[in-house]
Amino acid sequence: MTTARDRFDGDGAPVLEVEDLHTRFTTPRGVVRAVDGVSLSLAPGETLGLVGESGSGKSVLGRTLMGLIAGGPTTEVTGTVRIGGQAVHELTAKQRRRLWGPEIAMVFQDPMTSLNPVRRIGVHLTDPLRLHLGLGRREARERAAELLDRVGIPEPRRRLDQYPHELSGGMRQRVMIAVALSCDPSVLVADEPTTALDVTVQKQILDLLAGIAAERRMATILISHDLGAVEGRTDRVAVMYAGRIVEKAPTKDLFAAPHHPYAEALIGSVPALSAAPHTVLRAIDGTPPDMANPPDGCRFAPRCGRAEDRCRTEPPVLAETAIDRTVACHFPVDGPAAVPVQEAAR
Amino acid sequence: MTAVQEPTRDSVLSVRDLVVEFPVGRRQVVHAVSGISLELRAGETLGILGESGCGKSSAGRAIMQLPAPTSGSVVLDGTDLTGLKPREVRRARARMQMILQDPISSLNPRRKVKDLVAEGLEVWGYDGDDREGLLRETLGAVGLDPDVVWDRRPHELSGGQCQRVCIARALLMDPTVLICDEPVSSLDVSVQAQILNLLERTKERYGLSMVFIAHDVAVVKNISDRVMVLYLGRTCEVLPSDGLEVEARHPYTRLLLASVPGAEGGAPESGAIVPTTTELPSPLNPPSGCRFRTRCPLATDRCAAEEPPLREIAPDHFLACHHVEPDTRPTPEEPHP
Repeated sequence: MTTARDRFDGDGAPVLEVEDLHTRFTTPRGVVRAVDGVSLSLAPGETLGLVGESGSGKSVLGRTLMGLIAGGPTTEVTGTVRIGGQAVHELTAKQRRRLWGPEIAMVFQDPMTSLNPVRRIGVHLTDPLRLHLGLGRREARERAAELLDRVGIPEPRRRLDQYPHELSGGMRQRVMIAVALSCDPSVLVADEPTTALDVTVQKQILDLLAGIAAERRMATILISHDLGAVEGRTDRVAVMYAGRIVEKAPTKDLFAAPHHPYAEALIGSVPALSAAPHTVLRAIDGTPPDMANPPDGCRFAPRCGRAEDRCRTEPPVLAETAIDRTVACHFPVDGPAAVPVQEAAR
Repeated sequence: MTAVQEPTRDSVLSVRDLVVEFPVGRRQVVHAVSGISLELRAGETLGILGESGCGKSSAGRAIMQLPAPTSGSVVLDGTDLTGLKPREVRRARARMQMILQDPISSLNPRRKVKDLVAEGLEVWGYDGDDREGLLRETLGAVGLDPDVVWDRRPHELSGGQCQRVCIARALLMDPTVLICDEPVSSLDVSVQAQILNLLERTKERYGLSMVFIAHDVAVVKNISDRVMVLYLGRTCEVLPSDGLEVEARHPYTRLLLASVPGAEGGAPESGAIVPTTTELPSPLNPPSGCRFRTRCPLATDRCAAEEPPLREIAPDHFLACHHVEPDTRPTPEEPHP
C-alpha cells in the first residue's frame, strides 16, 4: 500500500498542505469564524506545535484537517487541505474514512472518553487493522500486542482482553496512541494529548510521541496550550490567536525572540521554575475576543500594548521577516536590540 | 507519626496529624490523607504540591471542615475547629475562606454578580451602612468594573472573571486565611498570570495568609513562601520555595521537578529520578513504610518496613526519606531567613 509518505519521500515535498482554510459555524449568536484563513504545510517527519489559548481555534483547525469537521447545515469549510495530494474536503464521507488511519490519525485530549467503555482494548486496536490493512483475526491480534508493547504497556497480551476502566489515564492515552499508530499514518494530529494527565505522566507521553514520530518519519501536529510541552519537542511552532496564525517560526527562534506581541506576552505569562518566588508575571490584560463578533483590524489590538490606530483598522497579513519566520503584525517586536529603534520612531 | 514543625507564636493556622478517610463499600477505606501537620505563619503563603490522588484537595477541604477530618486538629486563630458544634464551626470558620478550582460551577448560574458577592454578608447579617459601596470597592479590588458586571450572571463572564468574583466574595468576609484549591488550573495561561498576580496583590493589601494547593511546580513556586509536597496522603518534603529546584531532596520532589516540560526535553541531569513505574498505588491499600517506594528507584527493604519520619535537614527544610542524610548535601547552603 502506498501512502502519502512513500509517494513524497525523498523530495521533501509536504505531506500536508493547508491553504486559506476557513471554518465557520452558524450559531444563534451569529457566525463564529473559528478558523479564519489558515495556511500551513508539513514535511515528512516534521513536528509542528500549534499553540494558543482556549477559543483560539486550534482544536477546530485540527479537526478540520482530519476532515472530522467537513461542512454541514451549520458548518462551512472553505479553502483546501491536501494530505499527500488529496484534497480532503473534496472527498465523499466514505472516501474520507479511508484516509483516517493510513494517512492521517488523531490522538484526542481525553483518554477517559475516547475509548468505548464496553469494548475491550483489543477490539479498539484490531478494528482498524482489519478494516484498513485487511489483516486476519489472529494477525491483527498479534500486531495489536506489538503496538501496545511499542507504546510501553506492560503485559500487552493480557491488556488486550481488558476494558478501558481497568487502565489508568496514562495507560489509556498510550492505548489511544497505539490506535492512532495502528495503520502507520503519515500525519498524526495530537490534540492536547497530555492535558488530562498527571504531570509525571505528561512528560512520558510526550517523549513517547516524539520517539515514535522520529522513528517512523511521521509528520506530527502537536496542539497544546502548554508552551513548555511544545518548546522541547517541536521543530516549528505556529501561534494562533482568535482563529488566525499570528506567528510561525522555528521553535528555538520563537522562544528566544518572539516577534508578535501576543507570542511574546504568552511566553512571558508562564511562570518559570528558575525565577524567584513572588516574581510578578507579565499577564495579558483583557480577554480573547468573541469570535462571533471579532474586532476589525488586528484581533489582538484591544489587548496589545504596542497597538496604534492602524492596528485597529487594517488587519496585518502574515509576512516573512526572516527565513522560515512569518509574523502578522504592523509593529513586530524585533528582539531586545531593535526595540529602542521602534520606540524612537513613534 | 511525629511531624517536627514547631508551632510558632505567629502561626494563624495550625494543623496537627490530619487524617481523612472515606469509607467505600465492603468495609474498605480510602486513605486520602494519613497524618499531615502544617503551620501557616501570618502573612505567609504555603504551597501544597502533588499529583491527583495525593490528598491535597482532601486536606484543604478537611481544614475547612468540609467535611470534618477523621482525626487530627485544625486550630484557627487559637480555636480548635474540630471540637466545635456545627453551628460554632460555621461562625469560627468565617475567617477562613476557600477559592475552588472551577470558578464557573462554583457560582450559582441564576444569580447576578451583585448578589453572588453579597451572599456572605447576607448570611452573616452585615449591618454596615454603605453595603453597596463595600461591594463595589471589593469588585474594583479584584479588577472587575462594578458598573459592567453588577447585573451580569456567571454565564456572561469568562472563567477568569468568574474566578475574580469568587475571590471578591471570599474577601468580603474579611478573612485571615484564604485556602485556594487549584484556583488557576482551569484557566488559560494569560488569565492564569492575571489571577496569580491578583492573589499576590490581594494578599498584601488585605494582610492575608494563604494555603495554595496546585499540581504545577512553577505556579506553586511563584506564589509560595514555603512548599509542602504530598504523595498518597503523606508529606514528603516541606521546604522554602526560594531555590526549590536545587534544594529539593526527596526523590518524589525531584521526579516532579524533572517532569516540568521545557526546552531541555528531558536531558538527563545528574541524579535524575526515573520512576520504576508510572502507576500510582491505590489509596485503598497504600504501600507499607514509605508510600513512594513502589515508584522510587532508591527503594530498599528498609523503605518497605519502616515509615521514614519527617525531620529537619536544614533550617525550614523537612524531609521524609531514608536515603537522604543531612550531611550528604553536596554544598552547605547559607541558612534561610
